[in-house]
Amino acid sequence: MTPKTSPDPARKSTSNSTSTSTSTSTGKTKATAAIVGSGNIGTDLLYKLQRSELVEPRWMIGVDPDSEGLARARAAGLEASHEGVDWLLAQDELPDLVFEATSAYVHRANAPRYAELGIKAVDLTPAAIGPAVVPPANLREHLDAPNVNMITCGGQATIPMVYAVSRIVPVAYAEIVASVASVSAGPGTRANIDEFTRTTSRGIETIGGAERGKAIIILNPAEPPVIMRDTVFCAIPEDADREAITQSVKEIAEQVATYVPGYRLRSEPQFDDPRPENGGMARVALFLEVEGAGDYLPPYAGNLDIMTAAATKVGEEFAKGILA
Amino acid sequence: MTNHNAQAYSDSLDIRVTDSSLRDGSHAKRHQFTGEDVRNVVAALDDAGVPVIEVTHGDGLGGSSFNYGFSKTPEQELIKIAVDTAQRAKIAFLMLPGLGVKDDIRAAHGNGASVCRIATHCTEADVAVQHFGLAREMGLETVGFLMMAHSTTPEKLAEQGRIMADAGCQCVYVVDSAGAMVMDDVTDRVAALKAELGDDAQIGFHGHENLALGTGNSIAAIKAGALQIDGSTRRLGAGAGNTAVEALVAVCAKMGIRTGIDVLKIIDAAEDVVRPVMDEECRLDRMALLMGHAGVYSSFLKHAYRQAERYGVSGAEILLKAGERRLVGGQEDQLIDIAVELAAQN
Repeated sequence: MTPKTSPDPARKSTSNSTSTSTSTSTGKTKATAAIVGSGNIGTDLLYKLQRSELVEPRWMIGVDPDSEGLARARAAGLEASHEGVDWLLAQDELPDLVFEATSAYVHRANAPRYAELGIKAVDLTPAAIGPAVVPPANLREHLDAPNVNMITCGGQATIPMVYAVSRIVPVAYAEIVASVASVSAGPGTRANIDEFTRTTSRGIETIGGAERGKAIIILNPAEPPVIMRDTVFCAIPEDADREAITQSVKEIAEQVATYVPGYRLRSEPQFDDPRPENGGMARVALFLEVEGAGDYLPPYAGNLDIMTAAATKVGEEFAKGILA
Repeated sequence: MTNHNAQAYSDSLDIRVTDSSLRDGSHAKRHQFTGEDVRNVVAALDDAGVPVIEVTHGDGLGGSSFNYGFSKTPEQELIKIAVDTAQRAKIAFLMLPGLGVKDDIRAAHGNGASVCRIATHCTEADVAVQHFGLAREMGLETVGFLMMAHSTTPEKLAEQGRIMADAGCQCVYVVDSAGAMVMDDVTDRVAALKAELGDDAQIGFHGHENLALGTGNSIAAIKAGALQIDGSTRRLGAGAGNTAVEALVAVCAKMGIRTGIDVLKIIDAAEDVVRPVMDEECRLDRMALLMGHAGVYSSFLKHAYRQAERYGVSGAEILLKAGERRLVGGQEDQLIDIAVELAAQN
């Protein structure tokens, strides 16, 4: 089932569509970008990049001539082709950045070609060729990487919170529960649900800073579709400075909200003293809601919105380096 | 036998019973089973002739967590003890894609379990395709659990059963996780699955006692063609507990339905072995009945009690809100969110 979509990509981006930044060798004001993959994610990304002051989407690539995403891209003034990445890389002018929203399989084939041509890649597939990035936690460390991976929707939503706790106190174990509307989980996610849990768990550890991570994903078919919910449990020392943790969590949540406006804590952090059912650990529980911007995908699909919004943020940070 | 269904499970059994007191019962025990509990219960059930005994954390492999409660004893250790104890019974385990992973199935297989039961919400069967594939590759017997089956139509349930059967599932269960079905609901769902699956897979039924219909619903399922039935001895399970195996076996004996289980031995096992393991009886009280009434996942019961106490709010209200929000199995975290919200309103 395809989520309901809003009609016109140009509608929200009139300010950008006319002020096209010409890519002369000097005085360039925006980094140029291609979106590879014209499905739901690629099309939602198109809307977000069109609002960017640092990235200019110029090309959109698909494989289906009847793709709705390609039609929308054309209507918004992009060059769109259904002839795949071969077409893109044969153009006289190449993009500074490519956003890949195809599949892990396709990105594995494309990544070396981008790298060879010096095109930086933001990978929204599970290919995980480059380092995984979560903007508030570790993006600064990877600004020189030729290819970065956006992990998973659950990872983008929850790893910032684990990071917010682990920068204050040691986190021996962190666990996240991501609940998403059934209609927003595509066939790729469904066929490879283990990949979600494994990749997200690893990100909780390597980027979130927990010693051990665990991820759980729940698909809820309720109608009307439910907005993405995420819960983050972190084991914390019994004598942890709870006030400092609360401050840190709120600060990071605000940072995420700068690029995902619908990202919010539903309540104050909930602290629990050690209990036997909690494995004898003290913990903090954080309850989040991620409402999408409703660009191409409907607002309940916060899980998809946070991927495209975070990818846009990463692209913009890359653009600063390219334009500097 | 008086079973309307011409088929039987095997030459010697009309139906095959799986006892889930060491898996569904894990919820009632807040996942605090010890190795000794498992050894005692498996020995008694095996001696009574229970053909399949399920042993896992209540929420399946990998369920030991903040969200569902940490296990006192690692489940793989409990599975191994069960395998070592059982003389005749097969040992089964449960896993939920999205929580457990394929490596957990491999570990359970390595510990000697032979029946792999894979559960999804009743509309989300396609998340289990890779796990059924793996289980069959390893030579495990497979069972598919369509949870909260009351919440979808018989037709849609049959479509989901088809997805599981095509993926390698050998028996598709109608799982009344909320104990919210009445007999006609069961009959319609089992019949729809039977019409869809034919000989491609068997059909099973897993009941709860939240509307006091566990045994009645199981008989309805058998009459509609189910060949595998779940229960828990002494009802040791989530919510008001599961269909009592000893009652089911006694009823089947009266009806001439062969279960292979010794009626007197299972009655003794319930009283002398399983009851002493339990913290308390699984009761049909206000909270449990509300779950059946409002269609709430039975495993939420203990969590609702805990959050009600922690936040000073009504446990019944938590459960009713969970029903309103249409939470599905696994969303225990949202009970805290509800309790926090209720506390803020007070």
